[in-house]
Amino acid sequence: MLALNNYLIISAILFSIGTIGVLVRRNAIVIFMCVEMMLNAVNLTFIAFSKYLGNIDGQIFVFFVMTVAAAEAAVGLALMIAFFKNRESIDVEDINVMKW
Amino acid sequence: METIPMPAINFAAVMPETILSVFAMVLLLVNVFVPGKQKAYLAYLSLIGIIAAGVSVFNAWDAPLALREGFNGSVLQDNFSLFFKGIFLVSAALTLLISDQYLNRENCNHGEIYPLILLSTAGMMLMASGTDLMTIFLGLEVLSVSLYVLAGFNRDNVKSNEAGLKYFLLGAFSTGFLLYGMALTYGATGSTKIGSIASFVAQNAAVTANPLFLVGMLLMAVGFSFKIAAAPFHMWTPDVYEGAPTPITAFMSAGPKAAGFAAFIRVMIFAFPTLKADWSDLLWILAVLTMTVGNIIALSQDNIKRMLAYSSIAHAGYALVGFAAGNAEGAAGILFYMLSYAFMNIGAFAIIVLIGKKGEANNNIADFAGLGFRRPVLALLMAIFLFSLAGIPPMVGFVGKFYLFSAAIKSGFIWLAIIGVLNSAASVYYYLRVMVYMYMKDPVEEFDWVKVTPAIALSLLISVAGVMIPGVVPGYLLQLAQKAVLF
Amino acid sequence: MLGAYLPIIVLVAVAAAFGLGSIILSSLIGQKKPSDVKMSPYECGCDPVGSARERFSIKFYIIAMLFILFDIEAVFLYPWAVLFKRLGMFGLMEMGVFIVILFVGYIYVWKKGALEWE
Repeated sequence: MLALNNYLIISAILFSIGTIGVLVRRNAIVIFMCVEMMLNAVNLTFIAFSKYLGNIDGQIFVFFVMTVAAAEAAVGLALMIAFFKNRESIDVEDINVMKW
Repeated sequence: METIPMPAINFAAVMPETILSVFAMVLLLVNVFVPGKQKAYLAYLSLIGIIAAGVSVFNAWDAPLALREGFNGSVLQDNFSLFFKGIFLVSAALTLLISDQYLNRENCNHGEIYPLILLSTAGMMLMASGTDLMTIFLGLEVLSVSLYVLAGFNRDNVKSNEAGLKYFLLGAFSTGFLLYGMALTYGATGSTKIGSIASFVAQNAAVTANPLFLVGMLLMAVGFSFKIAAAPFHMWTPDVYEGAPTPITAFMSAGPKAAGFAAFIRVMIFAFPTLKADWSDLLWILAVLTMTVGNIIALSQDNIKRMLAYSSIAHAGYALVGFAAGNAEGAAGILFYMLSYAFMNIGAFAIIVLIGKKGEANNNIADFAGLGFRRPVLALLMAIFLFSLAGIPPMVGFVGKFYLFSAAIKSGFIWLAIIGVLNSAASVYYYLRVMVYMYMKDPVEEFDWVKVTPAIALSLLISVAGVMIPGVVPGYLLQLAQKAVLF
Repeated sequence: MLGAYLPIIVLVAVAAAFGLGSIILSSLIGQKKPSDVKMSPYECGCDPVGSARERFSIKFYIIAMLFILFDIEAVFLYPWAVLFKRLGMFGLMEMGVFIVILFVGYIYVWKKGALEWE
């Protein structure tokens, strides 16, 4: 058996990769994939804690996170398609009609 | 094969949410089965749903505990959440009244907007009454996913597309932080229930030195700060508020912000009461930043929706002052302020809907030039809403701010209250600018396209009543708010 | 601790070595006579029709979106199915409510014409 720490460290690494990805990537789809990676890192944390604590709550939480992520993916794809129809691009550099 | 004992479900505890969800599903089907381009009847059906939910909220006030708790302690419909539910219903109802005209003008009168508004309201309610991190998260997501669609609802408008996409990307990003915070808190305390977290923290003082726990609390605070648009996590607000359809902007600035505060207060005050010194420090920094950033940038805005977006950031800052105070007066002040903010802000946005032209045009402050001469009643109403936002007596905005700042003084945050008052004074400048255009510039246009439909008139009437009556006699509402925070 | 994973690591190493080895060996000892036909992408033996980087019809996205939504709901059905008898009537009713809500969405999608291909 691997210790709890191993899981926590790997999920922290995954979460950081996702965060950095959101900040540096320019394609909206890739950014969204990075967000999904963050959510899955969280899921790993939940599962690890759930197993470690012997408490089922964490696993139920993961179920909900997964379904919510699916709903978000559907809405996000739809928004990107609508954006693409008008602008022929999903590069976040092109999300620039409004400026302060 | 013995059956698993089931926890008490108690649907009474989620009655308003259930009513709204059922209405949303029925309307969704009505929308596709009834042909025709006119969708105004859906708005009225939604209003019936909102009134029904309102009745159930009204009946649940001061109900015995047995009727309030449900789903194995995941939901608690206490007076605190009921007050917030009232705020959400008011903002949803006012938004519904101003939507139809806007949607017809913008040629995006798809009936789906009404179920989406109802569903997001149900999500907000779940957020306010959730006493389990899981329920709060689910409520937040029901709210957010509906709002992403609503922000991008005007499909053919580039700005609306951008608003939707931006809100979606940043909202999902912030959800990641919130969730990670929840996961770490769960790991450190062994439960997702707010009550169990609180008792664990009370019994194991050592946990407050646990980095997992502290990072978890911090990440949750970051996630909620995104949702209430507190600086430095406010970057999405101006673009989303400017690009989203105007009635939706009105809705977003009133309802979801209040829902964010409801969950934020619930988590901080209920789950981490022993750490008040820590989060109070965090919150006053946020409050000062948020007020100052919002007000300073609002000074230089030309688009009125964008100006009100920055003003809404500033208003979140004022509410954070009361939150940082961490006492019952502060919490009651937030409740009172959020309700009055819903009235004054949606009122102002109703006027913007009226003045605007097809294609989100005519939304600049300069476009209000001479409104006071051409449409004196509308200009007067706008002036009342703006004065209230600026916090000038006898409007309700003044009472709310007064209450928030006095709560801060009671907790010893005297300089925080002073910064708040200074900020409030600075904000008068940009509200007055609109007034200068309305009353002191010569009219450029005749405003002959402005048609006040009965629905909008009703919404304006409710808003102005909500701004003036509690502004002059605040006693009753204040008592309700004080009662709501007797946890 | 990690010793338990040794067979898997060995398997991964062998698989990687076999794959890489075959590619390297064939490029070393194989003959190379490139021609236009050989360099074109393989499409079931037929002549390729157009570029592979075409834009796909929007319908695929809609179907994919709907698939994700309805597919993921199955995650809630599994635990219920496993404990079906022990959850009893109550579980059945709750799952009925859940399915009805999903069904409302399905009818909406159907009436909106999102399932029509043409």
